[in-house]
Amino acid sequence: MASARPIRLCSLVAVALFVTTPLGGCAEGLFHPAGPVASAELSILYDSLGIMLAIIVPTIAATLAFAWWYRATHKSAKYLPDFQYSGRIEMVVWSIPAMTILLLGGIGWIGSHDLDPYKPIGGAAKPLRIQVVSLDWKWLFILPDLGIAGVNRVVVPVGTPLSLQLTASGVMNAFLVAQLGSQIAVMPHMETRLHLEADRPGIYTGYSTNFSGDGFAAMAFTIEALAPDKFAQAVAAIRGRGPTLDAASYAELAKPSQAVAPYTYGAVSPGLFDAILRPQTPPAGPTHAERTGAPKEE
Amino acid sequence: MLGKLSWSAIPTHEPIDMIASGLMILSIGGILIGITVKGHWPYLWREWLTSVDHKRIGVMYCLLAMVMLLRGFTDAIMMRAQQAFAAGGAQGYLPPEHYDQVFSAHGTIMIFFVAMPFIVGLMNFAVPLQLGVRDVAFPTLNSVSLWLAASGALLVNISLVIGNFARTGWFAYPPLSELRFSPDVGVDYYLWALQISGVGTLLGGVNLVTTILKLRAPGMSYMRMPMFCWTALASNLLIIAAFPVLTAAFAMLLLDRYLGFHFFTVGHGGNMMMYVDLFWVWGHPEVYILILPPFGVFSEVVATFSGKPLFGYRSMVAATLAICILSFMVWLHHFFTMGAGADVNSVFGIISMIIAVPTGVKIFNWLFTMYRGRLRLTVPTLWTIGFMITFAIGGATGVLLAIPPIDFIVHDTVFLVAHFHNVIIAGVLFGAFAGYNYWFPKAFGFTLDEGWGKASFWCWLIGFYLAFMPLYWLGLEGMPRRMQHYQDLGWQPWLQVAAVGALVILCGIACIIIQLVVSIRTRDRRRDTTGDPWNGRTLEWATPSPPPMWNFPSLPQVEGEDAFWHMKQLAREGEGQPAQPAAYGPIEMPKNSPTGFITAFFAVVTGFALIWHIWWMVGLGLAGAFATTLVFAWRDVAEMEIPAEQVASFYEAHPAGLLR
Amino acid sequence: MTTALTISHGGHGVPPGPSMDGPAPKRIVVSYGFWIFLLSDIVMFSAIFATYSVLVQATAGGPGGAQLFHLSTVAVETACLLLSTFTCGLMSLAVNIGHRAATYLGGAITFLLGAAFLTLEIREFAAMIAEGATPERSAFLSGFFTLVGCHGLHVTIGLIWLTVMMAQVATKGFTAFVHRRLLCFSLFWHALDIIWVALFSIVYLMGAR
Repeated sequence: MASARPIRLCSLVAVALFVTTPLGGCAEGLFHPAGPVASAELSILYDSLGIMLAIIVPTIAATLAFAWWYRATHKSAKYLPDFQYSGRIEMVVWSIPAMTILLLGGIGWIGSHDLDPYKPIGGAAKPLRIQVVSLDWKWLFILPDLGIAGVNRVVVPVGTPLSLQLTASGVMNAFLVAQLGSQIAVMPHMETRLHLEADRPGIYTGYSTNFSGDGFAAMAFTIEALAPDKFAQAVAAIRGRGPTLDAASYAELAKPSQAVAPYTYGAVSPGLFDAILRPQTPPAGPTHAERTGAPKEE
Repeated sequence: MLGKLSWSAIPTHEPIDMIASGLMILSIGGILIGITVKGHWPYLWREWLTSVDHKRIGVMYCLLAMVMLLRGFTDAIMMRAQQAFAAGGAQGYLPPEHYDQVFSAHGTIMIFFVAMPFIVGLMNFAVPLQLGVRDVAFPTLNSVSLWLAASGALLVNISLVIGNFARTGWFAYPPLSELRFSPDVGVDYYLWALQISGVGTLLGGVNLVTTILKLRAPGMSYMRMPMFCWTALASNLLIIAAFPVLTAAFAMLLLDRYLGFHFFTVGHGGNMMMYVDLFWVWGHPEVYILILPPFGVFSEVVATFSGKPLFGYRSMVAATLAICILSFMVWLHHFFTMGAGADVNSVFGIISMIIAVPTGVKIFNWLFTMYRGRLRLTVPTLWTIGFMITFAIGGATGVLLAIPPIDFIVHDTVFLVAHFHNVIIAGVLFGAFAGYNYWFPKAFGFTLDEGWGKASFWCWLIGFYLAFMPLYWLGLEGMPRRMQHYQDLGWQPWLQVAAVGALVILCGIACIIIQLVVSIRTRDRRRDTTGDPWNGRTLEWATPSPPPMWNFPSLPQVEGEDAFWHMKQLAREGEGQPAQPAAYGPIEMPKNSPTGFITAFFAVVTGFALIWHIWWMVGLGLAGAFATTLVFAWRDVAEMEIPAEQVASFYEAHPAGLLR
Repeated sequence: MTTALTISHGGHGVPPGPSMDGPAPKRIVVSYGFWIFLLSDIVMFSAIFATYSVLVQATAGGPGGAQLFHLSTVAVETACLLLSTFTCGLMSLAVNIGHRAATYLGGAITFLLGAAFLTLEIREFAAMIAEGATPERSAFLSGFFTLVGCHGLHVTIGLIWLTVMMAQVATKGFTAFVHRRLLCFSLFWHALDIIWVALFSIVYLMGAR
């Protein structure tokens, strides 16, 4: 949106005022993007915000100005008690919002297609597949090609597209890592897809944004983006150590628990994600007592 | 015998619950005892509880909304206090199972039992007066609607004392709201309370649409109707088209929960996304059901206090109807993140943005109504200006949310929370308060205190900005909504600011209550003897304040837009209608009826019994409601005649009002 | 049109018309309001229709429409309901001329046909449940029982209403009230027919294949 540059500058200034306030000091969230998806979305946000500010700031100013100038006690202001129609003004009041929406609609159309969560991220590197399962109340990450898994934490290489397949064990959740970009809903017996990429190393916190019950608030997880060599080391350190993730240990994991400290699985039985996604027999699911009475694991 | 009900349903082990229930029972009990001691029951029963007068029903709707506002706001303060403290490792003072009920109840109450009754009350009060007629199309049905709404509110409040409320959020998405994940009565309270009040809302919608389309004073063509009537028409058309969908969705969820059906369950082919779709097919029009009548209030207020006709009336009508139709085509924007695909997402996104066009036109037209006017900065005007400025911001963030790639990062974060509070507080509530201050003298015959009114406005405005601007920011930081606690200490200062904002809003509510008390105590000084305290433009100001039961002695002849303004002009020029008709005739008015109140009583009994699986009581409640209907159907006299002498003596005692 | 004449001088170019004649008569208002209510009922049905259409394939390994539906029974049901609409129309004619005996006869035949429809529907449901095709079996069956059952519930309410109206004719005669209510009843009964036609086509004809 080259034409929107000057407008964008205004919104950058507006946002910068916000960011540089003492309270805005922490380096999290959308304003510190760590991947191409988040950067693109931030840029769409600036463009749209700029266009919008160009309309609403004058409107607000005019509201205040008119209310003040035409106040009843201001007798020198012109009073036209029958003025109720002007074709020229009508023209303007319909066309200004319409043009704005034309512009923003274009941004929305292009943005939706470019940033469709289902669309793979281009590039030379082969994407890393990640299978994500939301459970009561934690996240399971399976790296099927590497044969490792982790709970509430996953390591990924910098600069490699991440291809996520997501599903849920029981209730609906949504997967969001604001610094990496787009979120997607996570639903039982259904698969959703998401493509992200981290382009600088760091630890990025993610949350569930769709309320899922009593343990919802503690469903934070981290994505740790590492340089490729460090990533290989980390994978090697995980693989073959610790417990194995198979049907039995998954059933154990699926029992409700809150604020689970991250840990990893050194091996994963193949096809587990598909078995969760398309169970042969309907899963029994946790009982109410399990959902409410489970002791907290710290 | 008592189904699932037992003594353990009373939350004796939860001190906060017990204090809240205790306070509620004490205050309700205190009011009831007070009425009994003073011997007001016969009066209340005769004049209010059984009234079918649209004005009194409107007033009672608004009262219900204000009482429930106190309840819903208590929930809000509890949430803001919890989030102000529960940072880092701290858990705050509300455990999750309680916090989850608080935010679910807050949303449910504020939408269904504050915003809805408030605007329905204003429409009920003002629409027949503005149309120049004596009542709505179905007066007894109107009373049934009111009391069904009150029944739903009562059931939600009962859940505080007996059992618990839903812990699913106010939209109760399955599978979380299914029996497997929410086996207690909370979701049943939610569903039955909303089903019962939903029936009331639907019947009210039928009533007002029929009134507006079929009962108007002679000469009141569509293009002469006041703007508020247009927005009421649009809003009630939306009610008729949207509420049945909610009823169907809730009925299916109830079948899942009570009879083991598989609409939205996990497994057996159930599809939870169907609920999400149906819920928002209702939910998005609901937003416009709520906002359109306040748009009408602002239109009336801004024209009246600018001393000018509404600028671009035809544009405003077109914009209202455009919003009415478009609002049905955008529901998917509530779940862009469910993976519908780029084409679907962008089409729904663009239609959502298009709604901003007629909305923008409205803002500009209000602006040009002020232009070259003589704007009196009264309390309703202040609410209107506050609305125009704040709503512009809310509209802008709404357009941001309508752009799918932006929604992908801020959906279901507190950014969304900030956005819809921005439009619902600054739009619906500001409009309701503007309407309350504007029509209060018409309803009660004396004006509200200006000073306390202005204080309440400033508290609400400042409180709103303090409470919700930080949430915009936190949403962009990635903070999800509905968190009982959080780790990130960087969020805490923002949430503390938000809590301060909630306290400032609390002052605003206090000012509204003080304003009412002060105005009642000084009512003799602030009597409206003219019937037209604001130099109004529409027909409600042509009657004395408060208007007699029959509104108009004979239906007014409407001769243009701004009917009353026109009449006043003619009267000033010494032509037009005679100041006084030659003689008063007798007037036929609908008789008061306890049908509404008694039906609602049985609705509460049935609802409560269904929630607790007390099947014999369900039968009893349904039989009672049916018997009530039969008794009503067999009544012989539905109307009473007000003798001409009574009409004449009323106008002798109330010499004001042009139409008399 | 005297009112229109007095108005025209002050109008803003709006031609006088029926929308300016003042409040409509009670009979119009009541039937108009009831139509709007029926409209909302149809909206509710369309929500259930939509859900049914989404879930129609979701048989979860259980029986589908082709195994369950017997078109011959449904054809008889349809005939009963359509005939009852015809007799309901005849009853309305009798009401209009104030003929009591004909009204009772029309009402009774309408009731019997409606009851026959309901009996057949209940027998169909019972047979399906006996085969294990219960609403708990699959989402498809949940949708089927809800959609068809909701229509059946409406018919039941209609039968109760009809009985009450006959009692009103007996005790009160053809008052203005009774006239208006019978008018609303026939609107209701015809609307149920329209819904049934949609139901018959979408659920049974399309589902039995």
